[in-house]
Order: sequence, then C-alpha cells, then structure tokens
Amino acid sequence: MPRLYTFLKYFFVVLWACFVIAPFLWAISTSFKDFNSVTGGATYIPWLQFEPTLDGWSVLFKPGSQGGINIIGPYFNSIFVTLTASLISIVLGTLAAYALSRYTFKAGIVKNNDITFFFISQRIMPPVVLSIPFFIFLSSLGLLDSLAGLILVYIVLLMPIAVWIMVDFFNRVPREIDETALIDGCNPFQAFFKVVLPNSVPGMLVAGLFCIIFGWIDFFFAFILTFTKVQLLPVKIVALNSSITPWWSLSAAALVSVAPLIIVAFIVERYLSKGNLSGALK
Amino acid sequence: MSLLLNKISFKPTEEYHLNDISLKFDSGKMYTILGRTLSGKTTLLKTIAGLQTPDSGSINFDDTDFLSIPVWKRNVAMVYQQFINYPHLNVRDNIAFPLKQRKMDENLIESEVKEAMEKVGLIGFESRKIQELSGGQQQRVALARSLAKKAKILLLDEPLVNLDYKLREGLREEFKKLFNVSDESNSILIYASTDPLEAMQLNGNIIVIDEGKILQSGTAKDVFENPATAKVAEITNDPAMNINKCLIQDNSLIMNDSVQIQIPDQLKSIPNGKYLVGIRATDIYLDDQGFAFDVEISEISGSETFLHLRNNNLKCVATIEEVKTYNTNEVVKINFDKSKIYLFEESGELQHSPYQ
Repeated sequence: MPRLYTFLKYFFVVLWACFVIAPFLWAISTSFKDFNSVTGGATYIPWLQFEPTLDGWSVLFKPGSQGGINIIGPYFNSIFVTLTASLISIVLGTLAAYALSRYTFKAGIVKNNDITFFFISQRIMPPVVLSIPFFIFLSSLGLLDSLAGLILVYIVLLMPIAVWIMVDFFNRVPREIDETALIDGCNPFQAFFKVVLPNSVPGMLVAGLFCIIFGWIDFFFAFILTFTKVQLLPVKIVALNSSITPWWSLSAAALVSVAPLIIVAFIVERYLSKGNLSGALK
Repeated sequence: MSLLLNKISFKPTEEYHLNDISLKFDSGKMYTILGRTLSGKTTLLKTIAGLQTPDSGSINFDDTDFLSIPVWKRNVAMVYQQFINYPHLNVRDNIAFPLKQRKMDENLIESEVKEAMEKVGLIGFESRKIQELSGGQQQRVALARSLAKKAKILLLDEPLVNLDYKLREGLREEFKKLFNVSDESNSILIYASTDPLEAMQLNGNIIVIDEGKILQSGTAKDVFENPATAKVAEITNDPAMNINKCLIQDNSLIMNDSVQIQIPDQLKSIPNGKYLVGIRATDIYLDDQGFAFDVEISEISGSETFLHLRNNNLKCVATIEEVKTYNTNEVVKINFDKSKIYLFEESGELQHSPYQ
C-alpha cells in the first residue's frame, strides 16, 4: 500500500511538472523559429526539425527605427517601479499589520477587523472601477506618464496584499514574545525593532514575493496611466503585435519577462525552507 | 522591601478578572498562587509585571508607585507557561538580552550569563539555536534569562505545565534549589499553578484565587489543614475534596438515605442543622462493612486508582492505594476515616477541621 502511494505520488508530481514545464520548453523552441518553422506544423527539436534563428530575440533589442521594440528601457522601468512599490508596500504594510494585530482600535462601530477588511477590500474591487479615478488623480498631480505616478498607484494596489499577509503572520506570533521583550527592558518601539522585526523576515519575504508578482504582471494600469515617455514591459510587449502575430518574438518576450519572477521565487523559496517560516515562533 | 497590592480590580468585560485584591509580598519569600484555569492567576501576574493596567487600586513596591512605572522600567522577570524565547537569537544572546538592554558592561554580562546557565544546567548549549532545543531546554533558557536579570520580582506563570511528566518532576526539584538560591538575592518569587500537589511541594505561602478573588492566603500547611471555605478545599486538593450536603440530626450525620453515620466525638458539639461535609479522596478506603457505591469511572494514576463513585445523589472520588481495574457500575463498598471529616457551613465557611 505505501508503495502504491509512493508510486501515485511521484506519478502525479511528474505529470504536474510536465504540465508546468512543457509551455516553457515550447516557448523556448518557438522563440528560435522563424515564420516558416512556426507555421510548418509541430516541430520541437532545433537543427533536426527546424533551423534555429535569433530573429525573434533580436527584435526585442532593436530600436523602433529598425523594426524592433527595444525592451531594455521598459525592462528597467518595470524593475524599478515594481521593486520600489513593493519595498514601500512591505514597510508600510508591516507597520500597519503589526498595529492591527497587537493594538485595539475603535472608532464607533469601526474596529480592527473592519480596518483590516478595508485594506483587503481594495483588492476585491475590479481594477476597472479604479482606472478613471486614478487617471484623474494622477493628472491633477501632474504625475501621468511618470515613474512616480506608477509607483504611487502600485503602492495602493500592493499594500493590501502586504497588510493581509502580515496581519495573518503577526497573529500567529505569540503576543508573549512582545511582552517578554517589554519585561526585558524594551520600550514598545525597541520591542518591535529588536525582537518582532527580526523574527518577521519570513513573513515579509512571502509578502514581498506576492507584491513583486502582482506588481510585475500588471498590464492594466501600466497601459492606462502611461503614454510614451514611460513605458513598462507588459505594455511594450503588446506593441509587438501586428497583422501577422510574431509568435517567435512573443515567446522570447514572454521568457524574458517571466525570468525575474523565477529568479525571485527561487531565492525566496530557498530562504523560506531554511528559515522555518512559523515553526521558529512556536 | 515588599510589594503591596491594594484593592486591585480589573473588569474588562461583564466579569471581574481581578476582584478587589489586596496582598502583601515580602522579599526573600516565595508565594504560590493556586487557582483553576481562568481564575485570574495570569492576569494578576501580568498586572504586577505592568502588562495590564488595573481599573482601580494601587501597587506599591518599596514606597514607589508601581502603576506609574511602565513595564520596561519595572525590573521584573517573568517566565510563561509557553516556552517564550527570542527565536532569532542563540541561547547565550537570549539570556544576555535583558542585560544588554540595560547597557551592562560586556564582561559583567558574560559572567552573569555563565552563572545563570550553570544554575539551570545549560552549559555547552551557548551557541545553539532555540529551535534546536527540546521543550525542557527552551524553558530552561527562559528561566535562565529571568534569573540572569536578578530582578526584584520574579513571576513564574505555570512554568512546568507544558513539559512532560518526567521533565516536570526533575525541573521542579531544581526549582526548589533555585528558589533557595534566589532567597539570598532577596527577590520576591511568585509562582502561579493549577496543581495543588505542586503548590504543596514548593512549600511556600499559598494564595488561593478563584474568579478573580482571593479566597485564602497562608502557609501550605495552614491552607491544607484549615481551608477557609469549601471552594478552597476543592481547589487545594487533587482530586478535589469531596463536598456533599449533609444533615446533622440527633447525633447522626446524614448524607443521604443510605449513607448515615453516628456523629464522631469531635463533632458532638456542633448544633443540628444543614452543613456541607468534606472528605478527602485519600481518606476513603475499601471496606466490606461499608457503604455500597456504584463505580462511574475508574482511572489509574501511577500507583493509585481514582474511583468516581455514586450512591443516588451522593457523588465522591476515592483514592485507592492499589492499581486495579474496576468496571463501570460495579458495586464497591467503601468507608471513610471519621476522624478526618471537615464540616462547612451551607454558605461554604469552614465550621470544623480535624486539625483544629
């Protein structure tokens, strides 16, 4: 029976791995094809089944005048906006979450849970609802088509995620740890910075991972709130589309844009498995 | 030096968590707060530590108004029931944390930490991570941290309950030694416990608390021999003292239709009327000539067997000095030591104790 279980377990793991990895392999092989190789039926192995070419990739780095889209600028814009917004969201979100988890707030019928729900409810709304207010808001601040404006909007989108994850995290950290720190001579600020924060790194990493993912993949707001000066990667990639869908360069662009997320996920995952997420705080 | 609690009350909801508590703790002495779960023990300790502010009353330590001093300046130490340490620090840094916080000299910290670690037997574990320690060792770290502080007030909130039986016995022995050591440092030691046996073994002053109210305080011997009320008798005995209604009439003590005894000599002077009769589980023994009771539950506890017995409306628990399995509804005949009978007024106050 255990043997059957092991067999089934690995069977499904392998099945799932294939399911996840296959599109990547397909995209990689497609990115090295040209028009004829793509439309000439299903082929997978370079040199044997089709002649690989770098055309699909070179389009990404050629300037517009040579028929390319040059993603380098937008790439760094995306990295900068995502990282800055995520960082600010985590810092503010962690502080807010700690307060919500440890202190009681009351204003009439509004209590801690209502405030937490208010944060989360920002994500329940369909983004379309926010598009026009954001547009008017940024235009009145003169921040349309600017990195600062995008960062501001992304903080609004990402902080709820950080608050949500961190409130849950802090709720699982025993209050007695804070209390012990107080008894041991820390004032509330020292207790937070010297004891609570060093033990919250795993939670903050998870929150950071989610912020980076959601910030990085956003197309909608990047599309609406920018025009020509500042462009983010997802918007730029869409510019590839023309009368003939260029599958080869789209594949290349997809791989390039997903690469940072894979790297971040690997780093965070390694740290998480090393750092005993919540087991440390039994 | 002494710690004075004066009419402390704390009522966060409809119920009192602390109800008009006045206590005096002298330095160099040990106090055990004995009470059931949710009786207010932890709240009382937290109030002394300063983690909770009472609604009314005052706390004075050495002529200073304790309530106006925030937690982090009170110089108390506390060990929790859960093993609370700083997971991001290793054993040495955990113990040194409060000393570093006090900006003590590095060399002095080193020697203080070493001394505390020796006391609790953690030498060799200095650079271990907290997560790499067993529960007992984690609790030792917490204890060492509170000892290293040399605080004037040491609060221990059921520090042994979450440990397994053997470790608990071992650590309790060490506790007693540690307490003797800390006597020299003239600190006040307050130990909260739900376990009457533990309280008796620690053999300090016992404060019995229930529903946020102090029911009795005194030496272990005094509380054991002369419980002030029937409630105290229940809380301070394990298994709880059997308290049942009874009627004293015409020289007989009537518990129900079938369980009646001739009034023992020492109770002759007690006027007729309704009382509560208290009999310790250990004072009940098997006797073929005794009263017939049905077994409701029998549980084996170490070398003894606890029998939960019933005779109509009369219920009692008996400790039988042997290990034997009894079936439910089996009839056993029991008797009790008539010289060890307690009598309480119907309202609960002690009327007669065998030790008077």
